Amino acid sequence: MSDHEYTPKSKLGKWFNDRLPLLTLSNHLQEYPTPKNLNYWWTFGGILTFCLIAQIVTGVILAMHYVASADLAFGSVEHIMRDVNYGWLMRYVHANGASMFFLAVYIHIFRALYYGSYKSPREVIWIIGMIIYFLMMATAFMGYVLPWGQMSFWGATVITNLFSAIPFVGESITNWLWGGYAVGNPTLTRFYSLHYLLPFLIFGLVILHIWALHIPGNNNPIGIEIKKPSKDTVPFHPYIVIKDLFALLIFLIVFAFFVFYSPNILGHADNYIEANPLVTPSHIVPEWYLLPFYAILRSIPDKLFGVIAMFAAIFVLVILPWLDTSKVRSAIFRPLYKQFYWFLVADVLILGYVGAMPAEGLYLLVARIATAYYFLHFLFILPVLGAKEKTLDVPLSLTEPVLGGLSNESIVKKKKEI
Amino acid sequence: MKIFFKHILFFTIFLIYGFSSFSAEQSYKLLEPGWSFKGFFGKFDRAQLQRGYQVYTEVCSACHSVKYLSYRNLSQQGGPEFSDQQAKIIASQFEVIDGPNSEGEMFTRPARLSDKFVGPYANEQAAIAANGGAYPPDMSVLVKARQGGADYIYSVLMGYEDPPSEIILDDGVHYNKYMPGNKIKMAKPLSAGAVSYVDGTESSEDQMAKDVVAFLAWAAEPHLEARHKIGFRAIIYLFIITVLVYFGMKKLWSRIESKV
Repeated sequence: MSDHEYTPKSKLGKWFNDRLPLLTLSNHLQEYPTPKNLNYWWTFGGILTFCLIAQIVTGVILAMHYVASADLAFGSVEHIMRDVNYGWLMRYVHANGASMFFLAVYIHIFRALYYGSYKSPREVIWIIGMIIYFLMMATAFMGYVLPWGQMSFWGATVITNLFSAIPFVGESITNWLWGGYAVGNPTLTRFYSLHYLLPFLIFGLVILHIWALHIPGNNNPIGIEIKKPSKDTVPFHPYIVIKDLFALLIFLIVFAFFVFYSPNILGHADNYIEANPLVTPSHIVPEWYLLPFYAILRSIPDKLFGVIAMFAAIFVLVILPWLDTSKVRSAIFRPLYKQFYWFLVADVLILGYVGAMPAEGLYLLVARIATAYYFLHFLFILPVLGAKEKTLDVPLSLTEPVLGGLSNESIVKKKKEI
Repeated sequence: MKIFFKHILFFTIFLIYGFSSFSAEQSYKLLEPGWSFKGFFGKFDRAQLQRGYQVYTEVCSACHSVKYLSYRNLSQQGGPEFSDQQAKIIASQFEVIDGPNSEGEMFTRPARLSDKFVGPYANEQAAIAANGGAYPPDMSVLVKARQGGADYIYSVLMGYEDPPSEIILDDGVHYNKYMPGNKIKMAKPLSAGAVSYVDGTESSEDQMAKDVVAFLAWAAEPHLEARHKIGFRAIIYLFIITVLVYFGMKKLWSRIESKV
């Protein structure tokens, strides 16, 4: 990335670096030129890395005390809460950590949507990110099953039952997932195994995500390509490191409020009732971060098409770089897109809200309209905007909006030329 | 103007989310007697926990178990804090089945501090059979397992009333204002004077309900006091370090013609 070849100063360092260029990597990470106008929405990448590591560390410790067995799982969680030294802290950090992880990932994703970070040449970063997001949902869902409470059991039953909608092979697939004819001990043990495995896949993908990011470099709020390194960039260390650290600390304060003062507010009370296959909870809801997709699933009257719609809702995100045809990245210079962006935010929040409500009456109607709008946004509004929207003039470099403003005609490029 | 619109949008959404936490099933607002263990510095009242334990053993434990609690917890910090000696005496009043011994026989012995609380029934089926088909739930995490928590349990205890005339109850079913569906199989458990408190507190219905709910709240969350204490320190620490990092960041970035 930087224009000079790095050579370690010491002889030993040079000897080692010739054999394994770890020092070159370290040097690259320190000097990585980063746009200097990044705002705080850009700090969530670092926060997410922290979340992943925190989940893995607390998770490994919990795994030392947890027992994956339908008869013992619930009791082993109480054992962790009561008898393991600081077990309550580990469990509450892990459980709330999942929510904080999703909070951060949603901000991270919506930041990318606002500033067009998924557009060329960053499509691969975006797609890897979407795979990470999908794996996160799978991991979180399986993790929620492990305490073997009522919501664990019935959530697992509802979600695994979705696969039975697949024509012809659906039932076989569901039985194969369960390891039996209903959710039971084999389901729990395989979910445990996969819940331990997937975070390491996510970790690997995060490395690819960052690698792919370091090829074109960061997007920025103005959304223009900038020369790297240049007057418009700062080295990652120490400038971005300290800024990310500051944002992380604020994030941790919020995190700490949840862990220490309302650790159960994001969970469902029913999950403190041990799983009972004979008693169905009056109304089964997934964790809050899955609610928009749950709403989409339930808004379609047909089971198979509901499942298809739910997966399609994620898939439209994967192909987003080709749906949004506008050449201008940042919403700052796209007055219409900016409006529709906020409509989408509201739409997803509404979907989340109706996802938590019973699927009947007005709620169902709202869910259907919001689902339709969700797909309309990606499949119709974005392509049309790309062709029709009159975008504002985009500055040539970062120094301009800071120093000269946008008024000087001679230094602004038109949309077509970018 | 746009920012104003955005704020309105967010405000509306948060308002909707706020309302969503009230479930439609609860027809009456729960009673909120106020608890010493709520809030940033919330702590349990030792005397109250000890009284609550007395109500639990003398009333609730006839039907309800608290299987995740051990007798040693009674003398632990942050709980009722009985002395070790008192906890030993309490434990020794219960019989547990142990074994097999060297002859291969199971035997009973008095419980020790390390034993879990002895429940009233041998198993769930026995409990159901003895209670007309209704299972008296284990109370270890009951406060966390009900929407509304301590307020809800307290409300149910205080919510026994004569049923409105249009409701006809089956045998063994009781009317309760706060129970979802208003029907409960548990007979009214507390009435004034049901226990005579060791510490001489007057055992009104309200007093006993508060005491036993506080005990159950502790049983569900025995490390609550440690959590509040550590949490407060952690947040103060984070706050200080955040301020320091903030000024460090400002200083560093002052070299750059850009704001942070």
